Amino acid sequence: MQVTRRQFFKICSAGLGGSSIAMLGYSPTAALAEVREFKLARATETRNMCPYCSVSCGVLAYSIGDKSKNAKAKIIHIEGDPDNPVNRGTLCPKGAGLLDMINSPNRLKFPEVREAGSNEWKRISWDEAITRITKHMKADRDANFVEKNAEGTTVNRWNTFGFLASSASSNEPGYLTVKTLRALGVVALDTQARI
Amino acid sequence: MALQSLDIKQRSATTTPAPSVRKTVEVAKLIDVSTCIGCKACQAACMEWNDIRDEVGRNYGVYDNPMDLTDKSWTVMRYAEVEEKGRLEWLIRKDGCMHCLEPGCLKACPAPGAIVQYANGIVDFHEEHCIGCGYCITGCPFNIPRISKEDGKAYKCSLCSDRVAVGQAPACAKACPTGAIQFGTKEDMQDYAAKRIGDLKERGFDKAGLYDPAGVGGTHVMYVLHHADRPQLYSGLPADPGISPLVSLWKGFAKPLASLALGAVALGSLFHYVMKGPNEVSKETEKEVEKEGSQ
Repeated sequence: MQVTRRQFFKICSAGLGGSSIAMLGYSPTAALAEVREFKLARATETRNMCPYCSVSCGVLAYSIGDKSKNAKAKIIHIEGDPDNPVNRGTLCPKGAGLLDMINSPNRLKFPEVREAGSNEWKRISWDEAITRITKHMKADRDANFVEKNAEGTTVNRWNTFGFLASSASSNEPGYLTVKTLRALGVVALDTQARI
Repeated sequence: MALQSLDIKQRSATTTPAPSVRKTVEVAKLIDVSTCIGCKACQAACMEWNDIRDEVGRNYGVYDNPMDLTDKSWTVMRYAEVEEKGRLEWLIRKDGCMHCLEPGCLKACPAPGAIVQYANGIVDFHEEHCIGCGYCITGCPFNIPRISKEDGKAYKCSLCSDRVAVGQAPACAKACPTGAIQFGTKEDMQDYAAKRIGDLKERGFDKAGLYDPAGVGGTHVMYVLHHADRPQLYSGLPADPGISPLVSLWKGFAKPLASLALGAVALGSLFHYVMKGPNEVSKETEKEVEKEGSQ
């Protein structure tokens, strides 16, 4: 780099002047003040339903990462879904605090069973749980299924079994729930959702 | 070009003027006390968004929980039971920073850039510049900022400046299930308030009105009150808030005087040095002292 005598003096005086001004408190960086970075800028937004009450508010769950293979997602924020007609973006205090329910150490994350006569809950796999429930259902249905009533009319009732569907179900899962359970003859069928 | 997402209007302990050519929209939050049910969704949403979790406190037999604002509870619901014309009225007010147009905290703050007022009206604390002196608490007419016991820095509601900067409403306003908290331009909020006040007057609250106190130049968090003539009914909301005279005394009078005295001392020392020179010990005195020492 070639610097002439004149340029050298210019650089020196500019440097000296600049640092003197900075020393006097006129530092340009100090005049800046930035707000906290918007923490959801590239977070993954997932639509879901609040699990608490029968109002079934729509929520947006924000997780870190972009669903790429090596990035492990974790929910960092939840707020109301403005496109959901039930709550239009609002939430109650329980819904507004959903994040802490998800991250709670007391949350049940896997199936557990308490065998007859035992006082302890034992962790089982989803496969085991589903098989177990199916076997219980089949045994109960085989024993108590009512094909015809006293007058001989075909009724196909299974009165000893009840089913409570999730409040997070929308129309389509609701339809499938009814279709499946009515086919088995289930009468006592309800959902917590009132939507 | 501004180098930050929100234009700055004022900065604590800074005398250089902020760029003021561009005019951005002035925002406000409107809290309609008459439609609030006190559910505390705003409190929960505030903690969730701002990543603060207060300690699980004690139940004091009232709905207030926590009992007061803390460094980790930037907004609290205050429940007042008031008897009016033989009827019990439950006046529930969401307390928190009012984002004054003339912020007492900013005026009192001695740390450059620790308190900033954006052109949209938000008054924000920048804890990284905070020195924890607590002058903002003295300066605040509403007793809002709180010093943290963990890091000794002052915290308060930021009106979710990070959300507002990207065109979103504050977390509390978004969550509110009854629509008691509204957010928008200050003008729109005043229009909406006028409608609500008209409705309340029709329902017999002839003293209903908007709380936007002129003593602090107006605020960017406003209340619709059924008894606007007596705001102190709402858990001691000040009727005529203003910046403490102590702050003006310190900033307007004591501080320049002290700076002058400091300068005078420096100048005096310089003159003393030039005129009298340093205090020197003559060779004879030194010898005498040495002699005394050796004996």
